[in-house]
Amino acid sequence: MAGQETTTSAAPVDTGRDAYLQNKVTRRRAIGPGLGTFLVFAVLVGLGALIFPSSYFYRVGTLVWINTLAVTGIVVLLGYVGLVSLGHAGFFTIGAYTTAILPNYGVPSPLAMLSGVLLAGLLALVVGRPILKLSGYYLAIATLGLGMLIWMVLSKEAWLTGGPDGMTVSGMNARNLFKMVGLNLKSAEAWYWVAGFTAAIGAAIAVNLAGSPSGRSLRAIHDSDVAARSLGIDVARAKSRAFVISALYAAVAGGLLALANGYITPETGGFMHSVEMVTMAVLGGPPRCSARWSAP
Amino acid sequence: MSLDIDGLGIAFGGIKAVDGVSFTAKPGEVTSIIGPNGAGKTTLFNLVSGVYRASSGRVRIDGQDVTGLAAHDLARRGMARTFQNLQVFPQMSALDNVMTGCHMQEKSNLLSDLLGLPGARCETERSRASAMAALERAGLADLAHRPASEMSYGQLKRLEIARALVTGCTILLLDEPAAGCNAVETREVDDLIHAIADEGKTVVLIEHDMRMVMRISSHIVVLDQGRKIAEGGPEEIRTNPHVIAAYLGAHGAAEAEAAAHA
Ligand SMILES: Nc1ncnc2c1ncn2[C@@H]1O[C@H](COP(=O)(O)OP(=O)(O)O)[C@@H](O)[C@H]1O
Ligand SMILES: [Mg+2]
Repeated sequence: MAGQETTTSAAPVDTGRDAYLQNKVTRRRAIGPGLGTFLVFAVLVGLGALIFPSSYFYRVGTLVWINTLAVTGIVVLLGYVGLVSLGHAGFFTIGAYTTAILPNYGVPSPLAMLSGVLLAGLLALVVGRPILKLSGYYLAIATLGLGMLIWMVLSKEAWLTGGPDGMTVSGMNARNLFKMVGLNLKSAEAWYWVAGFTAAIGAAIAVNLAGSPSGRSLRAIHDSDVAARSLGIDVARAKSRAFVISALYAAVAGGLLALANGYITPETGGFMHSVEMVTMAVLGGPPRCSARWSAP
Repeated sequence: MSLDIDGLGIAFGGIKAVDGVSFTAKPGEVTSIIGPNGAGKTTLFNLVSGVYRASSGRVRIDGQDVTGLAAHDLARRGMARTFQNLQVFPQMSALDNVMTGCHMQEKSNLLSDLLGLPGARCETERSRASAMAALERAGLADLAHRPASEMSYGQLKRLEIARALVTGCTILLLDEPAAGCNAVETREVDDLIHAIADEGKTVVLIEHDMRMVMRISSHIVVLDQGRKIAEGGPEEIRTNPHVIAAYLGAHGAAEAEAAAHA
């Protein structure tokens, strides 16, 4: 104890800082920031399951986690990089409709969903580069236009999508997943767990990103585009990546919604849904979601 | 690496903000750009660092033409800079600001960043260590975990220097690094710039503090209304009548002359 005090007084500032850093480093090593987030989400998902009295609550809970997932994608784009997209319902609905349509052509549901996610990511990659040259209101308008276009295609091509009436989603039931490991859950419960698990993974990934080299670049662009460039950050490329990542989140959420609901309508791709997602991100997540999610 | 500026120019709405400026900045030396407000010094930096595209002239690094390269490509070729109107990342801590400067050395890929794989975390630790060392050099180590938004103007100026240094640059452009610093801090910045040049880096400095400029510059370029009006060593510049005229006006220069002879 006495020995400790002497060293401390010998170099008060240095030891204090080093100890702080050391502590921080070891804590980070012990559990990655994303793992901590995952555990917090796991507890929340579990808590829900403990208190929900009926299938209705499970269904609402499922929607909550699906929205959480889509909004996490928006937070990556808006909170990390500072880009507003009013077209993410478009990516969401691409995920949803691909998951709904492909099983009618003999593709198994999980593969259909994967295809929808990849399709949304590919579209975001192709469209992102030119669109992301814009910023502020112009970007908002351009993404809004993209969302509307996707929505129009889906509501017009009735032969494929059922048009404005929507379509039923055949195929997979999450119950079977749990049956394989010997658990007998109701369908609503099974989807709740799947959605909660996916949201937890999504949040963990977003938190990992925030503290990583790529994430720092994104946050730098948020604060000063010109400084980010001066440090060698390829701003166009970084923005495009964030756009694709957030589109993937939206599409996974869309695919899950299609499967969990067993029914899908063009409204999921409507403008209002895009606005809802951004609103939820602004109200539900602070500008830097990582600051809240990974706060020590 | 030596930086060659050759006939560089740009006009904004007919006004030539920089007009045919040429000079060479050598490694291991501090080359200073001085001149009255609005002379075009910052605009010159913006041209050299790829923020603006020059309408005429060339920029060369070690003889290699880099005119018109994007800012991030110039950074990859060893150019770093600070900004007169601070461009820090206010939502980040001082440490994170500087860690961002390690971007070009970080080798982790996006996938390992997303999954939080050990590789990504290892890169982050490495960046943290070199950022900490740079903060130490800039005299900001104690403020490492303070949000940049809560730091003073003078501290932020030094934070930008630390962030530029950590890129591993060979050419460093400093736009009024001592602005907002008190006498002690100015002296520290002065020493830091000296040390950076001694490492063999090419330093180009814009500064209003004439004592500092005269003390640390090997070479001085004087701009007025976008044009280079004089160039030379500190002693030459101090006594150059064009320079005195630009700073004091022709009338003031005549009076200074008269006072000197009286
Ligand atoms: N982006 C711009 N658009 C229009 N005028 C500009 C721009 N940037 C600089 N200028 C003008 O160029 C001139 C030089 O400015 P600047 O390079 O900032 O001077 P200094 O740094 O020497 O004080 C000023 O007249 C300024 O108004
Ligand atoms: Mg200036």
